[in-house]
Amino acid sequence: MRRQIIEEKIFKALMIASLATVFLALLAIIAIIVARGAKAMSIDMIIKTPEGGYYLGKGGGVANAIVGSLMLTGGASIISLALALPIAFALQREYIPRRIARVTRLALDVLWGTPSIVYGAFGFVIMVYLGIGASLLGGIIALSLLMLPIMTRAMEEIIRMVPMQLKEISYSLGTTRLETTFSVVLRQALPGVCTAAMLAFGRGIGDAASILFTAGYTDYIPHSLLDPAASLPLAVFFQIATPLPAVQDRAYASALILLLVVLLVNLVARLLSARFSRNIIK
Amino acid sequence: MKRRIAKDTLTGWSMKAAVLFANLLVFLVALGLLYKARPILASKSLGHLLTSLSWHPLKGEFGFYPFIVGTVEATLLSMVLAVPMCLLAAIYLAEYAPRRLRESAHIVIDLMAGIPSVIYGLFGIIVVVPIVREIGLALGKQNTGYTLLSGGVILAIMVAPVIISVTMEVLRSVPAEARETALALGITRWAAIKHVVLRHSMHGVLSAIVLGFARAFGETIAVMMVIGNVARIPRSLFDPAYPLPALIANNYGEMMSVPLYDSALMLAALILLLVVGGFHLVAHIILYRIEKRW
Repeated sequence: MRRQIIEEKIFKALMIASLATVFLALLAIIAIIVARGAKAMSIDMIIKTPEGGYYLGKGGGVANAIVGSLMLTGGASIISLALALPIAFALQREYIPRRIARVTRLALDVLWGTPSIVYGAFGFVIMVYLGIGASLLGGIIALSLLMLPIMTRAMEEIIRMVPMQLKEISYSLGTTRLETTFSVVLRQALPGVCTAAMLAFGRGIGDAASILFTAGYTDYIPHSLLDPAASLPLAVFFQIATPLPAVQDRAYASALILLLVVLLVNLVARLLSARFSRNIIK
Repeated sequence: MKRRIAKDTLTGWSMKAAVLFANLLVFLVALGLLYKARPILASKSLGHLLTSLSWHPLKGEFGFYPFIVGTVEATLLSMVLAVPMCLLAAIYLAEYAPRRLRESAHIVIDLMAGIPSVIYGLFGIIVVVPIVREIGLALGKQNTGYTLLSGGVILAIMVAPVIISVTMEVLRSVPAEARETALALGITRWAAIKHVVLRHSMHGVLSAIVLGFARAFGETIAVMMVIGNVARIPRSLFDPAYPLPALIANNYGEMMSVPLYDSALMLAALILLLVVGGFHLVAHIILYRIEKRW
């Protein structure tokens, strides 16, 4: 018995040490990006596009990447939402048999796990097929493929939680599936749906591998869907690869902007979900 | 009434079409990549491509072996580093931690999962690479810090949220009765965890590890920022490596100007898709079974 107790103590110490290490790693990442980024941060970084000689350390900022990222991820969010919502609703029992729903869930889980570079490569195949070059449109296509499974799966989890009795009450009034879905299920699941959309947005805006060769990179703000678009993750990636310390500092500043955007999106998602849950019948 | 029913039927069909699209998407991606990879598969056998050491696109030689070894070694290394720690942390959170700690840990882990990989890569360049370099030099190995070990460390940090959260969920799904029965015998909590809880959830824990493995296998940007990207088989932890995803990402610029190059890279993407997809398929099927069982 004493041996058991000693063993437990040892393992408990190991567990706490492991947990502390994981937390510390996160803390270290945030602290270092904030510290390095804040030093190089300036208002010019946010509101200006790169000026002549920017990559040699001269004036300008990454407004092109900020706007580009928002356009890419915003566009991709709209496309994913337009597909994810119907899929998530269709996975209810009223629409398709449970077996098919289970297979679909599995397919979505596999898609969720697919590396983003694969979506980038596939996006490239589509672009070659359509005959377009690296562009905002190409990036949006690749990103929406990446975001679709994340969004759908998260929404579906929430929609599945809507109690059957609630739906049955609505059906007993003689409503169709569509009416019940929109006036009962959607209202009930709205906070979850918003959270899911934000979650996918946060993933999309931080992803670099899928847009690396679909969206390209440019110093300008895109004016049409067929213009190439810059993005924050790639701004970090390209600037850190240069040998000039002044430009590398800007990579840290860009990373800080990206990190803040992602954290903000996460925070807003949580707040939204708390605010909307007032209308929920438990 | 008729119009309402017509509306319902119409939307019903379009929703089903969307579901069909979701199901076909995996195959669509695979077929698209296969279509582009066909030229290279026609000129060389798959076996030759996978086992050849020589990567000289300009001479038309596309041997994937160094890249496959690079990916597998970096991934295995990250597993060795991450799995014991993540399992211990997950067991603590699921079995010992008070509810408040568990809930705040959930938030931290979600946060970690949401951090963009380019930021992990940057962290790697700032912190991990110099430390690895110093360790290597202290051990008498000439190195730049951009090594297999740096890649493994960064990957280990990145897979932690996946492994911890899935393991936690699996452990929480073991019924309390199983624990209580064991505890009633007068053994310690750790003994109950070891003999009952972990035995119950072995398959689930294994799936958590597989999911972590798959995540590391396909990770691109963060790894390529720290691993050195030299197309040779690494002989030690302090040699650079060149994983498959990094190969695709690094060469997109020139792939259109060299014959068969784009085809080779699409084949690499297809390999990634099949390997990672296969792992995910297995892991998720096991996890579904567990959910249904309890």
